[in-house]
Amino acid sequence: MTTTTPSVTSVPLLERFRVPGGFVLGAVLLLGVAPLALSDFRLSLLAKYLCYAIVAVGVSLAWGRGGLMVLGQGVFFGLGGYAMAMHLKLADAAATGETLPDFMQLYGTGDALPWWWKPFANPAFALAMTVLLPMAVAAVLGFFVFQRRVKGAYFAILSQALAAALSIWLIGQQATTGGTNGLTDIQGFFGYDLNDPVNQRMVYFIIAAVLLVLMAIARQLFVSRYGELLIAVRDSEERVRFLGYNPANVKLVAYVVAAGMAGLAGALFVPAVGIISPALIGIVPSIGFVIGAAVGGRASLVGAVLGAIAVAWAQSTLSDAFPAAWTYLQGLLFVVAVGFLPGGLASLGVVLRKRRTRTTPIPTGETA
Amino acid sequence: MTVILNQSFTGISIGAVLLLIALGLTLTFGQMGVINMAHGEFIMAGAYTTYVLQKSISSAGVSLLVALPLAFLVAGAMGVLLEWLLIRRLYTRPLDTLLVTWGVSLMLQQLARDIFGAPNVQTSAPDLLTGNISLGGGITFANSRLFILGLALLCVLALTLILKLTPLGRRIRAVVQNRDLAEVSGIATGQVDRMTFFIGSGLAGVAGVALTLVGPIGPTMGTNYIVDAFLVVVVGGIGQLKGSVITAFALGVLQSVLEYSTTVSVAKVMVLVAIVAFLQWRPQGLYTLRTRSLA
Repeated sequence: MTTTTPSVTSVPLLERFRVPGGFVLGAVLLLGVAPLALSDFRLSLLAKYLCYAIVAVGVSLAWGRGGLMVLGQGVFFGLGGYAMAMHLKLADAAATGETLPDFMQLYGTGDALPWWWKPFANPAFALAMTVLLPMAVAAVLGFFVFQRRVKGAYFAILSQALAAALSIWLIGQQATTGGTNGLTDIQGFFGYDLNDPVNQRMVYFIIAAVLLVLMAIARQLFVSRYGELLIAVRDSEERVRFLGYNPANVKLVAYVVAAGMAGLAGALFVPAVGIISPALIGIVPSIGFVIGAAVGGRASLVGAVLGAIAVAWAQSTLSDAFPAAWTYLQGLLFVVAVGFLPGGLASLGVVLRKRRTRTTPIPTGETA
Repeated sequence: MTVILNQSFTGISIGAVLLLIALGLTLTFGQMGVINMAHGEFIMAGAYTTYVLQKSISSAGVSLLVALPLAFLVAGAMGVLLEWLLIRRLYTRPLDTLLVTWGVSLMLQQLARDIFGAPNVQTSAPDLLTGNISLGGGITFANSRLFILGLALLCVLALTLILKLTPLGRRIRAVVQNRDLAEVSGIATGQVDRMTFFIGSGLAGVAGVALTLVGPIGPTMGTNYIVDAFLVVVVGGIGQLKGSVITAFALGVLQSVLEYSTTVSVAKVMVLVAIVAFLQWRPQGLYTLRTRSLA
């Protein structure tokens, strides 16, 4: 885009209120219109889609702005989800007077709770872990990987392998993680019965509020000095290094923040859907986390969020009715959105406008 | 001792499978920096080629021998088609090819499901390859595994000869080392790319034929191997044949030894940690092309 940057005074009123206005509109739609217009069932589906949208906020930051191909977001989503589910399972067990979660009584080798489950009985610890654990893993991995300038395809494949490894490990530890089934059948959420539609609505409101807050935070990051630096690293890492910055740190921050967001999304996914399992966090869902952002527009926050919601909606609506057709459509979506519209649907307007202007002769004499 | 030797042999046969799959990737990934996730589906195409052939040719041995070149052609043709339709448009955005080809791989999997059905199918191995060879001292090696090892080494040999001795190989190496310079020297890089993709994808088809000997054939069979194969290429050094050979066997042995001392899942995780640690030491992989470019 080659629009001239207008000075602050010349920004039209409409333009100046576009972002806060859009934010308010989004808040009204999510917190006011949707709960009124949608049935309990549809609202709980929307809650699930919004969890994917939260992941997409992080993807938009790390991939759209930072150029980091984060194909392992399932790992962080899973860590957050399991941290939350472990606590809720323990709380469920405690509510019925048991010491062990139900699946451990089935598959478990002993009567004792594994030591690494014990701290998760504490709600504050578990809540903190849903965000801190993914961030810590991302920080350690990112530190080593970025410091040694492992990037591009190498980074994408490593993060993909990480997602595969975690889901394989979880499946292997059936006695302590529930194996392929994952942690299922979660009844309560910090003392509230999740079978009660009112409490399901409460969960929806929490998720929607978290999404809005995270979008606001991401937006501030985008327009901050750091956001500019992140784009600079994406577009010309060497130049940034020669200017005296350390691109590794810039990338690390984006990666860790995105991981924290994915972890939070995973944690909220558990009360909304009632399950977390290896099938939700392996290679395939990890790529799924990225595709929504790619379709909507990876570098555009709103585009990424709407894209994630739309793809998740299409998936659950179409995959039940036409499973085969949906797989073809999904494949086609990857090809068309990423291959031919790299800016996603958010850039459709720009692309079309360019098309239209290209037909008129260019006065500068440049042919490109 | 016997146990350790047996585990190493298992590792070598895992490595041979990895090597067969990674060979084609070394070419396509190495030459063009293109991450072709549909490579796994070319493996699947090769495997289904064997399956279809066995339906028309009843002799398992003959059908296997016919399947090898045919699978090479089928998978190679699919590779060329993919390159021509999509990948050549994305050379400036190599990372995006990963997502685009993932989409292609989804569609190909569904296509296989529609044609052959979702359940796995099985081929029967020729009698010659069903038994075990005893190497004395309680060490055994399955014939089919030995066949795969031989096939993998044969492919490496053939590929090495092509790259070293033929004009095509010379051009391929030139494009890998410096695409721009090759282009101004009069090499039609577009054609070379297409040939590279043909050979690389064809090798995936051959790998698919080999896999029918050790496992079932199904629409998602490629996905199970693809990430491991990419790891082999990354650790070996992109575009480095000898790096892939060494890495494939090293990872195979490491995996099987760790599997023996722990469990399959823990071994997977430990191998991954080892790879991340290795990339700390050599971020560009085992062997690298020395260039003057930054980063």
